[in-house]
Amino acid sequence: MSERAQQILSIADDELIVGWRDSEWTGIAPTLEEDVAFSSIAQNEIGHARALYELAAKELGTDADALAFDREPAEYRSAQLVELHLLDWAHTIARRYLYEEADRLRIEALTTSSDAELAGLAQKIDREEVYHRLHAELWAARLREEPRFCEAVEELWPYALGVVEPELRGELAKRVGLAEVAANERNGRSPEFAELWETMTEVRRSAPGAQW
Amino acid sequence: MIFEVFRQEKKGQAFQHAGSVVAPDAAFADAWAREQYGRRGESTALWLVPRNSIHQVTEWADEFDLKYRRVDGYSIKTRLAEARQRASANRPATSGVGSTEPHENQ
Amino acid sequence: MDSRTQEFLAFVQAGGQVEAGDWLPDEYRAKLVKFIEMHANSELMGVLPEREWILKAPTLQRKLALTAKVQDEVGHAQLIYRVAEDLGKPRADMLADLVSGKAKFHNVFHYPTYTWGDVGVIAWLVDAAAIISQKALLKCSYAPYARIMKKICWEESFHILHGRDVILAMMTGTDAQRELVQEALNRWWAPLMQFHGNPIARDEDPMYIWRIKSQGNEEARQQFLDGYVPQIWELGLTVPDPQLAKNDDGVWVYGEPDWDELMSVVTGHGPRSQDRLAFRKHFIEQEKWVRDLVLAA
Repeated sequence: MSERAQQILSIADDELIVGWRDSEWTGIAPTLEEDVAFSSIAQNEIGHARALYELAAKELGTDADALAFDREPAEYRSAQLVELHLLDWAHTIARRYLYEEADRLRIEALTTSSDAELAGLAQKIDREEVYHRLHAELWAARLREEPRFCEAVEELWPYALGVVEPELRGELAKRVGLAEVAANERNGRSPEFAELWETMTEVRRSAPGAQW
Repeated sequence: MIFEVFRQEKKGQAFQHAGSVVAPDAAFADAWAREQYGRRGESTALWLVPRNSIHQVTEWADEFDLKYRRVDGYSIKTRLAEARQRASANRPATSGVGSTEPHENQ
Repeated sequence: MDSRTQEFLAFVQAGGQVEAGDWLPDEYRAKLVKFIEMHANSELMGVLPEREWILKAPTLQRKLALTAKVQDEVGHAQLIYRVAEDLGKPRADMLADLVSGKAKFHNVFHYPTYTWGDVGVIAWLVDAAAIISQKALLKCSYAPYARIMKKICWEESFHILHGRDVILAMMTGTDAQRELVQEALNRWWAPLMQFHGNPIARDEDPMYIWRIKSQGNEEARQQFLDGYVPQIWELGLTVPDPQLAKNDDGVWVYGEPDWDELMSVVTGHGPRSQDRLAFRKHFIEQEKWVRDLVLAA
């Protein structure tokens, strides 16, 4: 697999899995108004994943759904940050906030890529991410004084560093305002991934090759 | 706080009241109302207004018969019929082609 | 009935509508709030059977479409709770009454889902039954409620399309997939037949008398059968009721639904009633600190 395909799949997997995790909040977010808004974020992420998978699929001779759902757990390239099961609001917003900061860095780099297709897609994603960032910043500002949130950010910080390539981590640390520490790297799935993958692919695996 | 939401469906149309969201401030109201009232691209613009900024008017005095200010304050029909009758009674027997007499319905 | 209430009744029966600040007879207000509250509760509880299938959706498109559908249901809950809130009942109280079992929600949301077949049947037929009820609210005598129904009905139309598409994909798929649909239909038929409520005569139904609804229960059920039984049959599916038929007068006859089951289920004794309420209660309590922080504007 080319480096380009690997890179695209890493980002696509991050978006798929974080979108999958974010969609776990459907119907149970702290307020109904937030529930609706949060669901849009989850859908946007799945939409980004789909566009990225389609790009990789062209090169790999397959289709987006096959990439999203038909790989074995070991073949996914997602960062551990997105795989964590964090069904409490403090951790969820901490992840949102950190993920958006990390994602922004790598998207910014991609918008200037010599690969025109990838750069174009990154620009489209970036324009939509503006609203995700606003949302994350809004919540982070509200929860800034809340110990639950601060602890969650500290806990997830090593994972957030693992989302970006080593050369971007210094900049990420500067933007978040935390000291750079050892990152929880992307290689290998976190223990939480197995259960996620089981649930995510259950229906799909029940009838391989079927149309749904 | 309750924010009333007014939405404009297409440019040029009036903003119409669409509902309300409960939010702590305008920034949250923005984040939430834009999804509740625009996620399907059904609105080109929203106005978000705190409910207590809205001053409602529901009663007017109407004690005296100021009908002239309303459409039903005039009864044109009878007088128009009379005026037409008069005009046709006064008209000459023939009117040639190219006559410059105004058309009856003017 | 005092003369002011009598006047009000005549007004709404003649098609008149009232607003939030208008004088409302106590009986009307009480019935209205209870009805609206049950509707809001139903939209919110309806999310729970469907959300687990978002996580299991077998294609990206289905995942997106199902997430959007369920998002709409949450949005509907928000719209409807707001109307009840403006009638004087705080949201926190309504949610507390929901999870304590004091307030009700529609029968269909007390039942389990087992397969992707359920996902199709719910979006296609349960939503269809709901739309019929919702269309009967478009001219509700209480105007704020009538107005939100327009947005709700518009969004529900997307759900029906999605449901049809999910069903048709399976019906044109493998034998196993067709079997999933039939099996799900077999389980959902009875709850669907009970959904519109027992056949109380329209003129004895307070919801109709006060023009909160513009149709009676049986009228709604007949509309459902008329619209959807032909759709079911044309796909080669069977309805698990040997008595179901349309007679010469154009009226659908059917095996008598189990009204005791309906009463038992809506009072919290359905197969999933308690665990779904417990699930909702858990998250309401877990995130109370967020609401305290964020809504204390």
